[in-house]
Amino acid sequence: MANAKDQLTLPPSNARKTNLTCHFCIVGCGYHVYQWPEGTEGGRAPGQNALGVDFRKQLPALTMTLTPAMTNTVTARDGSRHNIMIVPDKGCVVNSGLSSTRGGKLASYMYTPDGIGRDRLHSPMIYAADQWMETDWNNALALYAGVMQRILDRDGPDGVMFSCFDHGGAGGGFENTWGTGKLMFSAIRTQMVRIHNRPAYNSECHATREMGIGELNNAYEDAELADVIMAIGTNAYETQTNYFLNHWLPNLQGGTAGKRKARFPGETIEQPRIIIVDPRRTPTVAVAEQVAGKGNVLHLDLQPGTDIALFDGLFTYVVEKGWIDRPFIETRTRGFDAAVKANRLSLEETSRITGIPQDNLVKAAEWAYKPKASGQPPRTMHAYEKGIIWGNDNYLIQSSLVDLVLATHNVGRRGTGVVRMGGHQEGYTRPPYPGKGKIYIDQELINGKGRMMTWWGCNNFQTSNNAQTLREAVLRRSQMVKEAMAKTRGATPDQMADVIYEATRKGGLFVASINLYPTKLSEAAHVMLPAAHPGEMNLTSMNGERRLRLSERFMDPPGSALPDCLIAARIANTLKAMYEKAGNPAMAGRFEGFAWTTEEDAFNDGFRQAGQAGAGPIDSQGGPTGNLATYERLRVMGNNGVQLPIKEYANGKLVGTEMLYTDSKFDTTDGKAEFKPAPWPGLPKTVAALKAKYRFWINNGRSNEIWQTAYHDQYNEFVKGRYPMAYIELNPADAGSLGIAAGDVVEVFNDFGSTYAMAYPVPSAKPGQTFMVFGYVNGIQGDVTTDWTDRNIIPYYKGTWADIRRVGSMDDYKRKVSFKDRRFA
Amino acid sequence: MSEGISRRTFLRISGAGAVAGASGVHLANADAATPAADTSRTLLPYPSRPVGMAARMPVNEAIAFSYPDASSPCAAIRMGAAVPGGVGPDRDIVAFSTLCTHMGCPVAYDAGTRTFKCGCHFSMFDAEKAGQMICGQATENLPRVQLSYDEKTGTVSAIGVDGLIYGRQANIL
Repeated sequence: MANAKDQLTLPPSNARKTNLTCHFCIVGCGYHVYQWPEGTEGGRAPGQNALGVDFRKQLPALTMTLTPAMTNTVTARDGSRHNIMIVPDKGCVVNSGLSSTRGGKLASYMYTPDGIGRDRLHSPMIYAADQWMETDWNNALALYAGVMQRILDRDGPDGVMFSCFDHGGAGGGFENTWGTGKLMFSAIRTQMVRIHNRPAYNSECHATREMGIGELNNAYEDAELADVIMAIGTNAYETQTNYFLNHWLPNLQGGTAGKRKARFPGETIEQPRIIIVDPRRTPTVAVAEQVAGKGNVLHLDLQPGTDIALFDGLFTYVVEKGWIDRPFIETRTRGFDAAVKANRLSLEETSRITGIPQDNLVKAAEWAYKPKASGQPPRTMHAYEKGIIWGNDNYLIQSSLVDLVLATHNVGRRGTGVVRMGGHQEGYTRPPYPGKGKIYIDQELINGKGRMMTWWGCNNFQTSNNAQTLREAVLRRSQMVKEAMAKTRGATPDQMADVIYEATRKGGLFVASINLYPTKLSEAAHVMLPAAHPGEMNLTSMNGERRLRLSERFMDPPGSALPDCLIAARIANTLKAMYEKAGNPAMAGRFEGFAWTTEEDAFNDGFRQAGQAGAGPIDSQGGPTGNLATYERLRVMGNNGVQLPIKEYANGKLVGTEMLYTDSKFDTTDGKAEFKPAPWPGLPKTVAALKAKYRFWINNGRSNEIWQTAYHDQYNEFVKGRYPMAYIELNPADAGSLGIAAGDVVEVFNDFGSTYAMAYPVPSAKPGQTFMVFGYVNGIQGDVTTDWTDRNIIPYYKGTWADIRRVGSMDDYKRKVSFKDRRFA
Repeated sequence: MSEGISRRTFLRISGAGAVAGASGVHLANADAATPAADTSRTLLPYPSRPVGMAARMPVNEAIAFSYPDASSPCAAIRMGAAVPGGVGPDRDIVAFSTLCTHMGCPVAYDAGTRTFKCGCHFSMFDAEKAGQMICGQATENLPRVQLSYDEKTGTVSAIGVDGLIYGRQANIL
């Protein structure tokens, strides 16, 4: 229709309704999916449509959100076509009917041959000669597993490498982490595995876990109960939107005062405040000022990479002031005195290192830790994310932060918590990682190690550190295999596997990508396998307050695409058959246990077996009571699900755990939390050298409107029209000095690489400091990050310096793209 | 809304909207009397309605009106320089629905930044870039009221809406 965006088709009263958890960020908002046959529709009267809403007149504001982006028409494998509408669930306690700009487009992203998802992988594909050839699973896996079998037999599992998701939501979930984990760790038994966003197999939260505190230890409701929220390196308005809008803002606006009074009798209930630790004035700072008033927002805009000094300074100060919980420290923790000694930093020194005026350091300490008028310590929730997870020494920052939190007992009390905000949802259930240490997989690839590499549900050409060097090495090695394949005529999969194996002996790398889309990895890959995502499969994940939901399948995946867990099963079953044929029962036996026909089989085999008698060791976020969750029970729990760990199943309902450590028993052998010394180390040498050499700090991170690598968004005009290229915010005077105007294309370059971006001058950018969108499809920020990592191989993604030069001007960008400040004022 | 200009603008929109409503807007339902069996139409039956005289429109001030019916507040702005989609002798006049596409809260025109801002969930739309969302939680840019300019009379009229107005199954009720 010529003007179809000015109307939409309503679901009839009898439309099928299912639950969907938004798979785009950790918050996991609840949505309802309505589905009905194309060619039928509901009416405007409330009794005539499934929404029960009266569309005969203009809806008042805040009634509901319903936009064309929330609708689509999808085609089933049998050819039948259905309209779908995906709208936020008012009854879901996570989002209460709110949708973000990402979740609001869930329907748009569902596969349809002429829609945003038109470039989805439909079938397995093999790169043959000079083109991608569609093929079937048997043919593709004969080649993929054939190469793997040769490597396992001749070189052992270290030759088989993976980069794989470890999370929930899209491209993840308990089913898929189990399926892939069982394949990699129990069957193949390789240790050469990295995780989607970091170059080794490691946690992003080593320190806090070693200290006895899991990183998701409170409930979203605690943000409604806090006296103070300290937000550290997290830009929640943009990246955990409805957690922020539905739980932080009501508190900051004073809307939860009654609830706080009722929960905490005898405590002074003051105007809540927020302290935001971030070098950058983020959109979250601007919104917080808008709703709480500037007087209740303290923005600690520290110098990049100085978080450890900040927390050490605050820790030293509160200990001196006595604003700590001595009885708690003495009875429930260890190592306090050593931490006090190691972390000691005066206010003067802290101010000098961080650049934060002493007055503001004192103000922060008084707001967050000084006893309230009624005598109790404030309830201060500490929320952190990539600003410190990908900061200057992940391990030490977390140590210094949790030291401060422990001393002030801001964990295990309602209204507190020391929590990561998260990126994706979580969904970890795997056999233990078989390696002894942590292996920097990207460096192994760069150094010519490994014979085959599978990128599974991730795309490190866009999302790794030192990405340009990685990409160059992989492309060079992949090309050797491509050339060998192209020269082979008339080969069976078995013969081709021999050819490929021979090429890997000469330095070549056989590359597979298992994903929704071809992605940039198609430049390197030889095999691509099509995966499914939520809505096309049943999937369980948990959000940032450990809330487990079943996100229900309502449509078919495109073509012959499969859920990742069933792809893992097909790979395993192929290898099992190959080893049986080869008369190798020992190896065939390793690939047993994948007789799954549905994703529920994988859920029951992994998540529900953790801690059960007779099951092998399983690391699972569901713990030993995960067994109580079944698909049927989760379906009953709907979009509110249950917060892990599950306590019991009673009266037809699963009963969960809102907050962890309310009994002050922490996750250590004796139950006592452990302080960790975290002295201020300065910047890493590699990074300090770049800082000395180059003019601009290239801060980087996510943007509200773009999900992840833009794997869907790159096909969506609403997003691509807004950001045709990765943008880089910079100070207008800096831009002027380089002859750069808004909408110009600039090169960002340093010793590690070079990338391109669209210049976006904003007044709030400090001189010498920039912010570039991370992971974008057009302009890859990771090209200029360093190869430095902390002791656990967590990169310092946020810490790189580079120079910028103007490349040229894009009239189209200047004409169509807004360059107004993204901060609300 | 905290700044004086925004507040005045918002009040101006509200006040003028009330006047427009009282003066008897050409309601869509009146047009709906045409036989529904006409299957040649793929466009909604938008009315044509004068918004103002181009020459008399002040620069960078939101002129409130409703379109296509009284319950749909809109604002027209003469930007002072040509902008995408602009009409009039200088191709600088644009108009938008002033209901945020996210959840229908009123967006206020901020003359300082020439943007529309929603105080509910903080979406912002650029009046100079065809209503593009600058940052926010909407999934659609601000619906643009399609305008035509009559060179003979100097009248700017609303003739359609590009994008779904909040709170409707279709723009014409």
